[in-house]
Amino acid sequence: MSELATREVDRSQMKVSDEVAIQITKMNKWYGTFHVLRDIDLTVYRGERIVIAGPSGSGKSTMIRCINRLEEHQAGSIVVDGIELSSDLKNIDKIRSEVGMCFQHFNLFPHLTILENCTLAPIWVRKIPKKQAEETAMHFLEKVKIPEQAHKYPGQLSGGQQQRVAIARSLCMKPRIMLFDEPTSALDPEMIKEVLDTMVELAEEGMTMLCVTHEMGFARQVANRVIFMDAGQIVEQNEPEEFFNNPRHERTKLFLSQILGH
Amino acid sequence: MSDTHAQTVAFVRDTMLDQKDPPLNQVGAVKWIRENLFSGWLNILLTLASLWVVYAVLSHLLPWALRGVWDASNLTQCREIIAERYGAGTSAACWAVLTERWPQLIFGFYPKELYWRPILAFLIFLAAVAPVLFSAVPRKMLWVSALAPFVLFWLIWGGSLWGPIAAILGFVIGWAILTFAAPKIGTLLAVILAIVVPLFYWLVICGPLSDALASVVPLSLRAVATQKMGGFLLATIIGVSGIVLSLPLGILLALGRQSDMFIINKFSVAFIEIIRGVPLIVWLFTASLLLNYFLPPGTNFDLMLRVIIMVTLFSAAYIAEVVRGGLAALPKGQYEAADALGLDYWKSMRLVILPQALKISIPGIVNTFIGLFKDTTLVVFIGLLDPIGLSSSIRATTDWNGVYWELFVFIGLCFFVFCFSMGRYSLFLEKKLRREHR
Repeated sequence: MSELATREVDRSQMKVSDEVAIQITKMNKWYGTFHVLRDIDLTVYRGERIVIAGPSGSGKSTMIRCINRLEEHQAGSIVVDGIELSSDLKNIDKIRSEVGMCFQHFNLFPHLTILENCTLAPIWVRKIPKKQAEETAMHFLEKVKIPEQAHKYPGQLSGGQQQRVAIARSLCMKPRIMLFDEPTSALDPEMIKEVLDTMVELAEEGMTMLCVTHEMGFARQVANRVIFMDAGQIVEQNEPEEFFNNPRHERTKLFLSQILGH
Repeated sequence: MSDTHAQTVAFVRDTMLDQKDPPLNQVGAVKWIRENLFSGWLNILLTLASLWVVYAVLSHLLPWALRGVWDASNLTQCREIIAERYGAGTSAACWAVLTERWPQLIFGFYPKELYWRPILAFLIFLAAVAPVLFSAVPRKMLWVSALAPFVLFWLIWGGSLWGPIAAILGFVIGWAILTFAAPKIGTLLAVILAIVVPLFYWLVICGPLSDALASVVPLSLRAVATQKMGGFLLATIIGVSGIVLSLPLGILLALGRQSDMFIINKFSVAFIEIIRGVPLIVWLFTASLLLNYFLPPGTNFDLMLRVIIMVTLFSAAYIAEVVRGGLAALPKGQYEAADALGLDYWKSMRLVILPQALKISIPGIVNTFIGLFKDTTLVVFIGLLDPIGLSSSIRATTDWNGVYWELFVFIGLCFFVFCFSMGRYSLFLEKKLRREHR
């Protein structure tokens, strides 16, 4: 487990409002006959930083991938920013342009430069003029501290740099919610920190974040809520302090003892 | 462990070593020859045997080709000249058949005084493909590429200029529907209208309209019938049209085969499997014979046009499978990342998926194109005079009865030049894209 931030996390901008960002009610999903997600109920308020933990195969990635319809749910409802996810393509595209996502394997477009990766969606989805989109992109690339790589191709960057570009690419769409699907799992230990630092900064600015991760240091310092999933259901959720120091469910205790034990 | 190694293990370098040249027998040509030609007794033997084979072939071929006679008006005269120069029984080529008949091999029976038209058309064609093939050419030249098909058609077939202009109007109508009507009536309806309205226009209005315009202002070139065209003119027209049309069609079929929509998916699969599963020659006979039964009586559907359609459909099926391979090679994450950014299906295909899939498919696509171009010689079986067909008709004259090799060598060389340049272009493109994307 990597130690986080060399500095104190600034919590002054991290405010959770009463406004609901995502409302998931009785959501169920099956892969064929296999019941992957069972009766998921979750309300995310604007400004929340939620870390979702759990053993592999517990359905945590599948759950956040349902929020922007990379996976389809078969029962229950998901409402994002007041728009209900249905099979209506217009709704799906609208939600996707409001919700940013970062993947475990970055998924940058290898045939485009870093700058082009960042301006693609703003230009073609938001219809922003090219010049303005490039200015925005440079702004966010500076924020993730790699403006000098703007004209290189993804293949020329290290894993950590690529993941930071992926974050910048999502931010260029000015999303109101960010989803992270194990953003540091494919990285060398040395690079994990630079990506987590970027995510901490994002949290400090008040972004609503849902993060599937095994970085418990990040969860402790940044999250306002930790959700523990097992066998397709939410087993326990609590404030990080309570969650780590005083887990209640047997499964949570076992999980924590295994990942914190060494 | 004792401390006996203390003196030998600890080490501090006090002088740095300078760079030296490698031993002489380890560099350059000497090393290459040693390693690749004479590395062991078996290789020495094989090298010598290969050298002997190369010598045996060239020692017969080169004298035959180089002794060749270039000026004679028929085969008998040519043989007399050979006998006179080198003695009777010496083998030598009669290249004179080419000096005499090359215009026919290239243009077929196109009227002699109008040769400038296909030549000009070829130059325009080169100018039109340049911006498509090379990104260094100014982008504005793409307008030439867009208009070239109509101009080329007019130059080669002649007739009234109003025909091509009226045909362009159909595309303008389609474009206008997509840009101006789409926001009001929705994309799907607009796309359907943009296909149906121009089709209706081409089938019903286009002909009378161009006739009417032509009767007011003629603006016409002498018309040349398809039957007059032959040789490489014919092969190039069929080959190039097939290549240009089959790429977009093949890409659409590949996307169709990947589609979740049941009917589109099954239609693409059926189309690809049926077209691919039947020999091209059967499709060509279908084009030349059967279509006449199916088409309404009185419709005069040009034979060359029918052949182009068949060749296009045939190679589109192959292209579709090649492109499908490229699509399948992309990691699923690329599709997901494009989706997650809110790009719709067509945008994600055009901007993210296809550029990468096509790059992977370049060797396969060019392979199919080369095959298509060589397959144009098959049209000889349905009575079109491709270069091979013309070589038979040249042999059928009393002057050149009995000439085989010279004509085939020439035709083979011409095809080789076309196909080899396509292969080289494919390599160039691959290298360029690899440099760009890594």
